Amino acid sequence: MSVTEERAPSALDVARIREDFPILARAVDGRPMVYLDSAATSQKPRRVIEAERDFYERHNANVHRGIYTLSEEATDLYERARATLASFVGAPEPETVVYTRGTTESINLVAHGWGRRFLREGDEILITDMEHHSNIVPWQLCARATGATLRYIGLTDDGLLDLSDLGSLLTERTKILSVTGMSNALGTITPLRQLVDAAHAVGAVVCVDGAQLVPHHPVNVAVLDAEFLAFSGHKMLGPTASGGLYGKREVLEQMDPFLGGGEMILEVHRDRATWKDIPYKFEAGTMNIAQEVGLAAAVDYLQALGMENVRAYEEELTAYALDLLIEAGARIIGPKDVSVRGGEISFWYKEIHPHDLATILNEEGVAIRAGHHCAQLVMRRYGVPATARASLYVYNTKEEVDRLVEALAKAEDLFAF
Amino acid sequence: MALDDIYKEVILDHYKSPRNKREMPEAELTCSKNNPLCGDEISVFVHQEDGKIAAVVITGSGCSISQSSASMMTEAVEGRALDEANAMAAEFRGMMAGEIEPDENEFGDLIALKGVVKYPIRIKCAVLAWDVLQEALEGADGEATGAAARG
Repeated sequence: MSVTEERAPSALDVARIREDFPILARAVDGRPMVYLDSAATSQKPRRVIEAERDFYERHNANVHRGIYTLSEEATDLYERARATLASFVGAPEPETVVYTRGTTESINLVAHGWGRRFLREGDEILITDMEHHSNIVPWQLCARATGATLRYIGLTDDGLLDLSDLGSLLTERTKILSVTGMSNALGTITPLRQLVDAAHAVGAVVCVDGAQLVPHHPVNVAVLDAEFLAFSGHKMLGPTASGGLYGKREVLEQMDPFLGGGEMILEVHRDRATWKDIPYKFEAGTMNIAQEVGLAAAVDYLQALGMENVRAYEEELTAYALDLLIEAGARIIGPKDVSVRGGEISFWYKEIHPHDLATILNEEGVAIRAGHHCAQLVMRRYGVPATARASLYVYNTKEEVDRLVEALAKAEDLFAF
Repeated sequence: MALDDIYKEVILDHYKSPRNKREMPEAELTCSKNNPLCGDEISVFVHQEDGKIAAVVITGSGCSISQSSASMMTEAVEGRALDEANAMAAEFRGMMAGEIEPDENEFGDLIALKGVVKYPIRIKCAVLAWDVLQEALEGADGEATGAAARG
């Protein structure tokens, strides 16, 4: 049965969307470029590039410091961007969104500011085998520093979290569950509702790695009720080094600062210092001001499209791509049911090594990722050293998926044994 | 572009029909390495006689660049003095860094890997076999190393 059956056509005008992204018009070696690596970083619409440029050309100054017009304008843009981000993820108060350079920094902030403050020997940190290294290594470091134990939820053969053993993994010893919302290596959308409820039932807090989920799926932290949500701006049409961490007010308030330095303090004495209120106690030094302003423009763009529409279109495109890839003989590493997955499609094709495949595809103008995708536990679980990964976003088209599959055929011609 | 295609053919030929690909448990010099970033694995077994590489064989798995490079390497260094092989390794690295234009007669099929220079991320795939060889040869100065000792 085709997975594309009974799917309503998308409400988005993708041809028009593509015109908003200047880079999509470029060629590689004389061929129109097909960019299928948005899970690594997304392309940027003109509006985002212009917002950053406009900031530097007309409003650039440091924020919360200068007693002059320019600094007030910069501060206003910076704080309005925070309100935009907060509303995008459903956070009721802008100050519950801390600016960071992205998901990696956000999770490290939680592992330091919350983990090292509250975890003790005998406590347990629960993560999963599906995580990106940025949701593993900070917890390994945190466990080493605190004496807490790190435990893992395993995976099923078809790329889902194996929750059959959740009862014995998630206990009153578990103090935090940190889990991805959508796997960058498998595409899997995790059952966050179930996980948050189960964690709260044993008194654990929940940190969601939203690096892939937030750009591609509606997210509302007020409904989700997780304590933390980490996300990256550059994967959701925004500039690199933009992003944030949502945290529940009372949790953020109890936490220690992450980085110390200028701007995050109230008073500094020889033997102590006091911090500002949230979010500023977590924002030391000069922040990524222009980038967060650019990210707000990206969020405006996504909101104008409507995240429900973005998700619906990507579901349709992912189903199309999965159908074609499977028909062409690709082995999909990850779920095949598009209702529980996003457009990060990991695969092996005819036993051609993913690096070879990516090189040949590049010659056809098709950009995919090959490697372990910063998810070595996933690679080990499925017995592969690496995978090829084509990842889709709202500007990709069925024609581009066709180009991918045509390029695969060329790789097969070349590598056929 | 035609040149690229010839290179491609040579690389694929070594990938699909690797030369000297087998184990040699009795070899006195061996080393294994992998590239954790992409999972390429190569083991080298060297039998030396009178300061020369009398026989060299490889095993391993990975992408076409890593495996063809290893195959080509065995053909290039067999029969050479150990210091000659080391010099060749340095020259190969120089070629992959885009700094040296090696002698085609000397380098033979290895020249085909020159095209990899334009894919910086894959240069380490091409160089892996030579890293493994050189580490194996280091054992020649002191006591011989066995497959069990290295690896």
